[in-house]
Amino acid sequence: MSTTTFEFTPENLREFGDILSRYPQPRAALLQVLHLAQEQNGYISEDVEAYVARLMNLPIVDIREVVTFYSLYFRRPMGRHHIRVCMSISCMLGDCDVIRDHLRTRLGVAPGGVTADGSFSWEAIPDCLGACELAPMMQLDGEYFGNLTPQKVDEILKKARLED
Amino acid sequence: MPIVKLVSEYFGNEQAKSLDWYRQNGGYEAARRAIFEMAPKQVTDEVIKSNLRGLGGAGFPTGKKWSFVPADDSKPKYLTVNADEAEPGTFKDRYILEWDPHRLIEGIIICSWAVGIHKAYIYVRGEYVRPYRILKAAVEEAYKEGILGEHVLGADFKLDVHIHRGAGAYICGEETGLLESLEGKKGWPRLKPPFPAIIGLFNCPTVINNVETLSHLRNIILKGGEWFADIGVDRNGGTRLFALSGRVKRPGVYELPMGTPMRELIYEHGDGIAGDRQLKAIIPGGASAPVLTADQVDIPMTFDDLAKVGSMLGSAGIVVMDESVCMVKAMHTIADFFAHESCGQCTPCRQGTGWVYRIVSRILDGHGSVDDMKTLESAKKNMSGTSICALSDGAAMAYGGFLSKFPEEFEYHIKHKKCDLQEKRMAVA
Repeated sequence: MSTTTFEFTPENLREFGDILSRYPQPRAALLQVLHLAQEQNGYISEDVEAYVARLMNLPIVDIREVVTFYSLYFRRPMGRHHIRVCMSISCMLGDCDVIRDHLRTRLGVAPGGVTADGSFSWEAIPDCLGACELAPMMQLDGEYFGNLTPQKVDEILKKARLED
Repeated sequence: MPIVKLVSEYFGNEQAKSLDWYRQNGGYEAARRAIFEMAPKQVTDEVIKSNLRGLGGAGFPTGKKWSFVPADDSKPKYLTVNADEAEPGTFKDRYILEWDPHRLIEGIIICSWAVGIHKAYIYVRGEYVRPYRILKAAVEEAYKEGILGEHVLGADFKLDVHIHRGAGAYICGEETGLLESLEGKKGWPRLKPPFPAIIGLFNCPTVINNVETLSHLRNIILKGGEWFADIGVDRNGGTRLFALSGRVKRPGVYELPMGTPMRELIYEHGDGIAGDRQLKAIIPGGASAPVLTADQVDIPMTFDDLAKVGSMLGSAGIVVMDESVCMVKAMHTIADFFAHESCGQCTPCRQGTGWVYRIVSRILDGHGSVDDMKTLESAKKNMSGTSICALSDGAAMAYGGFLSKFPEEFEYHIKHKKCDLQEKRMAVA
């Protein structure tokens, strides 16, 4: 058995207790606990899985099953900023192909990749982000950006880089 | 028909999400009236009278759904609010969460009073970060002011409301997938029966209602069920938030009476087709709803009228396509979505969505064969009625729409290895 190096900060440990108190069954807290762990660690490593399993008294396989089922949990380090380009029907009608191709050129990595400097990671996703009135649109670090053009994408990337 | 603002009344109003402002404008008066002046059954009766139907997409009568919860069960009862809005082309609940979170909380109180519920969970899709933050602030404010908690609005009635964030899975919008996800598991839908009203969250009786559905309760209590029913048409009460997108000049969320024809939504409220091109096709209720052709634009938007023509109003996400849109590409986009989002539990869906995506991909790429149409038809047939939840049926319905309404486009792609609209598309671009 290897020891894990990940553990919640004291503040997050308190938050963990608060999350548990919302549910009559502790297992129900798992998705929220994984969100919290990902916020702290950037992704769900095997270390994080082992820690959460111990903390919640669940087999690791239960954690792995959940982590791999949901698309918002990362299983490897991502960029400091993460971009999701919506490729769903309304964005397709808004020519999201152009935005995807532009991002590929600008970032120099294929979807799923991380830029060499670690600034950005990105995905082109077939599931709808629920902002079709803004097509074509994308999400950067949780925030939505719409009515995109290649120029607008460049400005958004530039601004995000400045924040680093 | 005129725009009737019931749940969209405060869209665009920056102040409305503050509790102070909401209360100054009559907020929580309906919840107060329900708790202090009405017996739970009276509230349910009013909702039954209103003909309010489930606005997440299934359209099941709301009051009837509540009445299935056994009154004499000793187990706790739960309300789960479905804010896992993820049907492609749908974005109306996001507006409620972002602009008017207290209207939803007030609806939660009214429903909980009617059914005898003391704990509610709002399941918000993980991608909705901003809506989550706004809703969280509103719930915290409501607790602080004694609107939620041990004594709701000072009454001898306890109600806790928690927000549960999803983590990126369309299937969790399916009500039993949502329950599994709430219990900390992967979102694999459950076999029904038993229905959630009897055995739902944590094996207890559970009501699952959509954000927009609950948001109508404030007005139904204040103005009465009959008033609400009169706004709509027969058996389809009130208004609906129509999320309009695609090739229109003015996409957005429009609240209109049930029964408004699609033409009015697209040409009046949406200001017509982008570039003044010709209308070609309409998806009337999110990606699962079979596509309609331009000559069907006068159909009134009700659950029943769209079901009659073999499609559905579903989530009321209306996606507009003009003459320059390739239907093979449109189906390809939707097939990609379903293949990505099938949860993998049932073989016909897991395999079928993948097959269809790969076949349509090769047709689009100019590698289709004449047998492909037959294979698509058979995949579609074998995906209907053969799986636990409706995702597979919805995908099959969507495929069927494209294949039956626009077969010539698929045949052209297969025969000529290219799109006959390519030149047209180029000219438009």
